[in-house]
Amino acid sequence: MQTSASKRGGLPGFGLTMGYSVLYLSLVVLIPLSALLLNSTGLTWEKFWDVATDPRVLASYKVSFLTAAAAGLIDTVLGLLLAWVLVRYDFPGKGLFDAMIDLPFALPTAVAGVSLTAIYSQNGWIGSLFEPLGIRLAFSPIGITLALMFIGIPFVVRTVQPVLQDLDAEVEEAAATLGASRFRTFRKVVLPELLPPLLTGFALAFSRGIGEYGSVVFISGNMPMKTEIAPLLIMSKLEQFDYAGATAVALLLLLISFILMLLINSLQRRVRKTAR
Amino acid sequence: MSKRMKKGVLIGLALTMVAVLAACGSETEAKNGAKNDGGKKSVELLNVSYDPTRELYENYNKAFAAYWEQEKGQKVTIKQSHGGSGKQGRAVIDGLEADVVTLALGYDIDAIKESGLIAEDWQKKYELNSSPYTSTIVFLVRKGNPKGIQDWNDLIKDGVEVITPNPQTSGGARWNYLAAWGYALHQNNNDEAKAQEFVKELFQHVPVLDSGARGATTTFVERGLGDVLLAWENEAWLSVKELGPDKFDIVYPSESILAEPPVAVVDKNADKHGTREVAEAYLKYLYSEEGQTIAAENYYRPTLDSVKTKFADQFPEIKLFTIDEVFGGWDEAQPKHFNDGGIFSQIYTPN
Amino acid sequence: MAGSVPLASAKTPTARNRTTRSTGAAKWILIGAAVLVLTWLIVLPLAVVIIESLKKGLGVYVDAIRDPDAMSALKLTLLVAVVTVPLNTIFGVAAAWAITKFKFRGKQVLVTLIDLPFAVSPVIGGLIYVLVYGAHGWFGPWLQEHDLKVIFALPGIILATMFVTFPFVARELIPLMEDQGQQEEEAAVTLGARGFRIFWKVTLPNIKWGLLYGIILCNARAMGEFGAVSVVSGHIRGETNTLPLHVEILYNEYQFSASFAVASLLLLLALVTLLLKSWFTRKSQHHS
Repeated sequence: MQTSASKRGGLPGFGLTMGYSVLYLSLVVLIPLSALLLNSTGLTWEKFWDVATDPRVLASYKVSFLTAAAAGLIDTVLGLLLAWVLVRYDFPGKGLFDAMIDLPFALPTAVAGVSLTAIYSQNGWIGSLFEPLGIRLAFSPIGITLALMFIGIPFVVRTVQPVLQDLDAEVEEAAATLGASRFRTFRKVVLPELLPPLLTGFALAFSRGIGEYGSVVFISGNMPMKTEIAPLLIMSKLEQFDYAGATAVALLLLLISFILMLLINSLQRRVRKTAR
Repeated sequence: MSKRMKKGVLIGLALTMVAVLAACGSETEAKNGAKNDGGKKSVELLNVSYDPTRELYENYNKAFAAYWEQEKGQKVTIKQSHGGSGKQGRAVIDGLEADVVTLALGYDIDAIKESGLIAEDWQKKYELNSSPYTSTIVFLVRKGNPKGIQDWNDLIKDGVEVITPNPQTSGGARWNYLAAWGYALHQNNNDEAKAQEFVKELFQHVPVLDSGARGATTTFVERGLGDVLLAWENEAWLSVKELGPDKFDIVYPSESILAEPPVAVVDKNADKHGTREVAEAYLKYLYSEEGQTIAAENYYRPTLDSVKTKFADQFPEIKLFTIDEVFGGWDEAQPKHFNDGGIFSQIYTPN
Repeated sequence: MAGSVPLASAKTPTARNRTTRSTGAAKWILIGAAVLVLTWLIVLPLAVVIIESLKKGLGVYVDAIRDPDAMSALKLTLLVAVVTVPLNTIFGVAAAWAITKFKFRGKQVLVTLIDLPFAVSPVIGGLIYVLVYGAHGWFGPWLQEHDLKVIFALPGIILATMFVTFPFVARELIPLMEDQGQQEEEAAVTLGARGFRIFWKVTLPNIKWGLLYGIILCNARAMGEFGAVSVVSGHIRGETNTLPLHVEILYNEYQFSASFAVASLLLLLALVTLLLKSWFTRKSQHHS
């Protein structure tokens, strides 16, 4: 019974878990996604190329990828701070603090979009502070980035948190007693351990940001060539009953995200190896 | 495949089946319940409509149910579905089993027709292009009209900012665009190039293109952006009523487009459900005195003369042109103006 | 060899005494900064929701929540979460086990495929199910013949939600279990323990935090998902409207306050799950 398992390192359950994972993955994700690929009636190579190289589509990719990357990066830094404080320190109100982190997921994206626009528009709480400086937060790429930061922050905090919780304070203490400064300890001992979850958190926040639609359309202003995101173009093509065009935009978006994520995942692997 | 892997696959299949069956089961039960007593005593209709018609149909459904019970002794329950017009059209095409559709523009019903669910001549089935109530495009401006906006050509004056949703994502906003185009055409002896010029200039005064009518209203009302909001007359009235009677004025331009939100029975579905008779009556009753009054109370322009005179104060007479007259119907207007590569997207394409 | 260190810590709760070490200024500066970030990023938008929902008075708020359509939307949302979250949890644990405890070719691709739903625009996430189960989709005609409804009914909503929340649990567990390695489980095997027992007694206690976070995230997102569900729901009032859809519809009907009131109900739901979590945490700390 365990011959196949023992070859793979002595633990049981490879066949069972692998079989189940692949099946479930196929049923829920791969088969439906392949429908996108196969069922796009009228999508010829020519049409695909036409859509994919349309300047407006290209501009929207640029907006989507740049804002998602910016939001992901900022989230990674801020998320690390939040996770660190949550795991390492005790302070009054910590329970509530911890509870708040997940709320961006629970809030319907449209509501998030409307609320964020209310804050960052020229007459909003924060937007009005920047208006005199001539900086427009809402209806600009900054606004899109802010919305994506809100959407993505739980990813980073929640991937870093469990690893940090498992990380031993003793190592740090040992390092500290050996005379290492606190910053050095953090950089040499803690950060290498945290790098993989941080990368994961970034990848998740980033990829979620690329696909996000509901919250962004309210704050972005949707100006073609400037603040129009790719998912909005998908919607606009569907509105013309142009399934093929919508599919083309979606496919390219998917392909690029997939490659980027594959790269990040491999990078994460390498980091882990060197950390050992 | 190892034994273990097979086991995993089997367990997985079993789990998924259980979940799906459980879900389907509860669904079919509910469906059958509605069907069993469908024949005589009661009947159920699904009206797939667009966004801001909820109050209209909430009131109308009550009125129609009373009328139908009195007439035929049959109870009728009407379920409502609301959403963006184009999205609702796609849902019906993809299998949402609407008995009737009441959408924002004929183009979306035409698309359902293309899929074979609705008869070819749907727009001839009821009077007035199957549009029992109409509307038009008006200007919502800030109280006192500080920029003195009276007509379409005021919109392209220096320093005027215009808020309108994107006609490519919002069906309703296509009427905004067409209204401006028609005005410019009439001002310039039907010179298409001049009209295009005008519309292009107009959209250069638009700082934010929201994806839907409601988003544009929020941008204008809550965010304080822009000097004028292009809106359907009924939505302009709704905004004023809901968001601040003391903050906004409605301005009627010298001429505008007659927005015709049409209605149709989804033939295939109605026949399948055996609801054709009641579905047809449901749409027909929209033309009755009572139906028209409810439409007018919800700020849609009535088409019945007696109701028209009663609400004359609410709906100022302005010159209205139709999409058929000026644009040759949606079949021509949609690809020419709104599809990718059309005139609207050219406005934003760098040469 | 640093990888073996966290392993040891997982077993010795005494080592978790961190607070004693942090002293004075640095600690409070960090806490202050974190609170500031949290207030800016999360509290402010939520405050807007609460303020807007109460703008027209408590009466409108209560009415909006007690509305029968809102109640049926609430029920539907809970039902969807109850089906979706366990299924995705089982998958997540199975996938994490296979990926982290064994070596095989194509692992990177598998991990990335699991991430894929995050990168797919929610709109597309809904659309693909329409392409498979819709009237013109692969199984559409067959389903219609047998009078089965998937799209624009409960099964479609569940499927779309499953898709969107698919990676959460797996994604939480994979980095964690990778860090922990497999020595402990291997030791258990040499001691003669078998399959499921190893997981239950050795692995589960080690991964419970990650698992918990995964479930919470999955649940929060399952309840809050809008885009994908919106495509497959059909928006039938009182029937296939989930809470987020109900929120949007109210908003589009110019009922601003009511719409935010229902949104705050969703926030409340999320807070309830988090209370459950802290209750669970306390209980498990008692045990150890």
